[in-house]
Amino acid sequence: MAGTFKFELVSPERILMSVDADQVRLPGSDGDFTVMAGHAPVIANLRPGTLDVKAEGTTRRVFIKSGFADVQAELLTVLAKDATDVSELTGARLTSEIEIAEAALKAATDDEARRMAYDAVEQLKALAGGKAA
Amino acid sequence: MASLKDMRNRIASVKATRKITKAMQMVAAAKLRRAQEAATAARPYAERMDQVLASVASKVPTREGQSPLLVGTGKDQVHLLIVMTAERGLCGGFNSNIAKLARADALKLMAAGKTVKILTVGRKGADNLRRDLGRQIVERIEFRGIKQVNAGHAEEVSSKVLAMFEKGEFDVATMYFAEFKSVIAQKPTALQLIPARIADASVSGKSGAVTTQGATAVYEYEPSEEEVLSFLLTQNISTQLLRGLLENAASEQGARMSAMDNATRNAADMINKLTIKYNRQRQAQITKELIEIISGAEAL
Repeated sequence: MAGTFKFELVSPERILMSVDADQVRLPGSDGDFTVMAGHAPVIANLRPGTLDVKAEGTTRRVFIKSGFADVQAELLTVLAKDATDVSELTGARLTSEIEIAEAALKAATDDEARRMAYDAVEQLKALAGGKAA
Repeated sequence: MASLKDMRNRIASVKATRKITKAMQMVAAAKLRRAQEAATAARPYAERMDQVLASVASKVPTREGQSPLLVGTGKDQVHLLIVMTAERGLCGGFNSNIAKLARADALKLMAAGKTVKILTVGRKGADNLRRDLGRQIVERIEFRGIKQVNAGHAEEVSSKVLAMFEKGEFDVATMYFAEFKSVIAQKPTALQLIPARIADASVSGKSGAVTTQGATAVYEYEPSEEEVLSFLLTQNISTQLLRGLLENAASEQGARMSAMDNATRNAADMINKLTIKYNRQRQAQITKELIEIISGAEAL
């Protein structure tokens, strides 16, 4: 076990999370990947999806709409435009988020935007399905 | 000469004014604290953004076909000035100082034969520039009734700016806002947004908080340098705009607080002066009446 590293989740407005994490799973634009201590430095764009943060024995899931990750050996910074704890995404909140995402999908003009919006809708629906089950 | 009743009314009115300015000062002080917190809380994001952007930009070779957000359109004919001001007045020279700086730059550019377009954020800036630069204002954005600016508002402005840029409506964009130095000092500042001014990678690496390997770390990029860079560049616009909006919000409250503090003090001085004058006049009248009575009694 390689020990812990510093994980920071930063939104434009404030630092949302700053913990010593064991591992963090990120929704990279080319596929999910997990960061552990001593990871090679990477700068990656993120697609809409959930971050799984394993720290101090607990796991937190955070939904992000977009952002990017700056991975260094002992520091992981995720700059996310919009981040919500999955536990807060329930009922009406989730429904309205899905509506917003679907509206964005309809409004998307180029392939890149459409792909991002589609991912967001799918991810949110998966969350909704998970909750219902 | 004003009658005693007039003077009493005058004093009452100044006292009422003092109450209002005092209340406004206290409200501004409370709002200032919140605005300042918001501005401080937003700083880490902007700093990390700068750092990463600098390190990515230094990796990607500057060449033809590079994102115009970074290298510009190759011209500097049309300038867009984004002028950020407050929605309300009564905050000292805050609005007019920003407008003054923007106006001076606009006139300089126009004298040099460039085309100037102005986008105002906030009602007061538009009002201030409308008289002499009304024709240059292409877009007005107002955030009335919004208590706290957030990333969503910055996003709104940035999407408008980017849409204009994509249509080729301008070559260079500069943002005007008041940098929050302290409660009593706000500095009107111009900041170039497009093409992006990238901080020197070596400098930002040194100031980085926990940069274990410094700016020399060899990064991998996913999906590719170009894509990461183009994403960062668009993000950077809204980040910078948010920074401007938040700094402005804090500056506005700071300016209002000191302006209202001055007004309260002026009102207090005025009340003192008026009260002395009122008392003198009252005494004079009493004396006059006494003389009249006495001389009346003597005449009998």
